[in-house]
Amino acid sequence: MKTAVFIEKRAGTERLRNVTLELTGKAAALMKPFHGEVVGIFVGDRLPEDTDDLFKYGMHRVVFYNNAKLKHLHSIAIKNIVAQFVKSEKPDIVLFGATHTGRDIAPLVAAQIYTGLTADCTQLVIDDYRDKGKILYQIRPAFGGNILATIVTPDHRPMMATVREGVMPLPEQKSNNTVKFEELTVDFKDEWVKSEFLRIIPKISKVDLSAANVIVSGGAGVGNKEAFKMIFQLAEALGAEVGASRAAVDFGFVEKDRQVGQTGSVVRPKLYIACGISGSIQHRAGMEESQKILAINKDPDAPIFGIAHMGIVGDLKEIIPLMIRYLREEG
Amino acid sequence: MSKIVVLAKQVPDTANIRGNAMKEDGTVNRAALPTVFNPEDLNALETALQIKDRTGREVILLTMGPYKAVEIIKQALYMGADAGYLLTDKKFAGSDTWATSYILAEAIKKIGGVDLVVAGRQAIDGDTAQVGPQVAEKLNFNQVTYVTALNDVTDKAITVERDGEFQTEVIKARLPLLLTVTSAANTPRYPSARNMLRYFKADIKENIPAEKRAEYERNGWVIPTLTFADLKDINEAQIGLKGSPTKVNAIRDIAVQGGDLKMYDPQLDGVKALVRDLMKQYVEVQS
Ligand SMILES: Cc1cc2nc3c(=O)[nH]c(=O)nc-3n(C[C@H](O)[C@H](O)[C@H](O)COP(=O)(O)OP(=O)(O)OC[C@H]3O[C@@H](n4cnc5c(N)ncnc54)[C@H](O)[C@@H]3O)c2cc1C
Ligand SMILES: Nc1ncnc2c1ncn2[C@@H]1O[C@H](COP(=O)(O)O)[C@@H](O)[C@H]1O
Repeated sequence: MKTAVFIEKRAGTERLRNVTLELTGKAAALMKPFHGEVVGIFVGDRLPEDTDDLFKYGMHRVVFYNNAKLKHLHSIAIKNIVAQFVKSEKPDIVLFGATHTGRDIAPLVAAQIYTGLTADCTQLVIDDYRDKGKILYQIRPAFGGNILATIVTPDHRPMMATVREGVMPLPEQKSNNTVKFEELTVDFKDEWVKSEFLRIIPKISKVDLSAANVIVSGGAGVGNKEAFKMIFQLAEALGAEVGASRAAVDFGFVEKDRQVGQTGSVVRPKLYIACGISGSIQHRAGMEESQKILAINKDPDAPIFGIAHMGIVGDLKEIIPLMIRYLREEG
Repeated sequence: MSKIVVLAKQVPDTANIRGNAMKEDGTVNRAALPTVFNPEDLNALETALQIKDRTGREVILLTMGPYKAVEIIKQALYMGADAGYLLTDKKFAGSDTWATSYILAEAIKKIGGVDLVVAGRQAIDGDTAQVGPQVAEKLNFNQVTYVTALNDVTDKAITVERDGEFQTEVIKARLPLLLTVTSAANTPRYPSARNMLRYFKADIKENIPAEKRAEYERNGWVIPTLTFADLKDINEAQIGLKGSPTKVNAIRDIAVQGGDLKMYDPQLDGVKALVRDLMKQYVEVQS
């Protein structure tokens, strides 16, 4: 068996995206019982600086398609290169990060090859399927997160899936695979480059929710931007990072890069405090894996209490200042 | 002038599940959910209408779904689309994203003279964000996904801004082109009263009594349908449940279940107890 992983750099840097390492670790774990191979493909003008990490997390080999024209996301060119790679390497499984790049390229590749692609998988398992032998079970939430569907691709190869960053935990165990690069030769056609990148404007963001041990998040229930300062104060008292629901972001209480959920960051801190957040399916999708959840909400029927471990029903405008005071006194 | 096709889907309103859409066991009663115009497809339509405002190009809505999806075609006509096609056939049922995009691409070829397709980034029932790019592949079009702003429009290229997660990319993309548009791109316009008056009777041919056909045609009230038989080159083995590479093996409803939840009193003592437990928790977290 063979699993291929699409390798991505974090835009604006020369380093690997976390999701690439997470997928490498997952692929290595999937392949291990079958003594299978994990192959990476990288398309671009320069390999990431930290490719060593790929081998540490269990990759066996990296195929590098090197082209100075492919600094940016030229979808059609990258798709054609990856499709050629798939046709010649014949992996059984191909994994992409469910990033804006992965979700741009993977569907094009699957469409060209005539195979299945399952988006945003939260679990990947190899098992027997009827008379088809071992196949990949691709488990994903659907229907706004109200159902979990298991999707299979029984008759087409490769079986393709995308996984969001932060969903597969990074494995602890590191392998001592030897570093092995190969260059891929492709019959590159200039007409594959159909777009011109006029300008790249970096987004300035200091927020890294994925690394935080404790997150205090505010929602629409906080009420206004002024009141949202309370969330920052509580976070400061706890040494925590600040998160938010989409409603809080949409109301302009806080910047978009703090949004937690389906269209924001997926976080799994040790403690998540949800203040004035109802607990919509889309919000829960980004935080329900947290080890402990505390919900503060004036509505005892708010869905957030369904997944919380600690709860307090009442007005956050009274409760949070009290909390801050006692935290400071006790600390 | 070449036409613009907008891809839109009528979806269950998965974002606002409450009341009778919840079953007793806490799972969702899918049949009881109201349907809506997929939110980001409204942003796709608005993008196309803005291009129409600037260039006079014709905007055509295309949706694949059951008869009920006529509702979103009418909504698009009210907002300013020039026409809408309902793509419907029993043979299409059970299509995954691969098969859906194949059918949509064949329908776009049938409509003809199209060099720009605008789709929503993703549909809220499946959240796959795959159908747009897969239509681009089947039409052999250029593509830009995650469009957040429309800048320049010329006969040969369209300049847009794309959300590249850590950066905004300003891209001049050559036509023929498919865009997928996010909710950040614009605020969809309201339906106009004039268009509502003009189109409120619109319906598919099959539903119009024979004696009224002439009147309907004269007034432009006939919503054209496309069926399997209309798509001449389509390969029946590659559509529907059978032609779809992916199969749904199992579905499990997720109930909002009560875990072991410890409640605290909102008064002074409760908050004190909470803070003490948090500190305990916090000490564990730090170690
Ligand atoms: C495609 C799609 C993607 C989405 N992605 C995301 C996402 O990534 N992240 C996300 O968060 N949302 C997302 N949403 C939006 C989501 O559906 C909800 O609208 C949103 O999460 C609601 O935010 P909220 O809980 O802050 O607001 P509300 O649902 O309005 O809840 C406010 C809560 O505050 C409580 N409250 C009010 N006043 C007080 C008070 N004084 N004290 C205590 N409690 C109070 C209320 O009881 C209520 O429970 C998405 C939606 C769609 C359609
Ligand atoms: N049945 C359909 N009819 C028309 N357009 C569709 C259909 N399904 C998906 N689309 C388009 O493809 C986009 C992405 O859908 P999805 O891949 O299901 O998330 C949607 O926002 C629509 O623009």
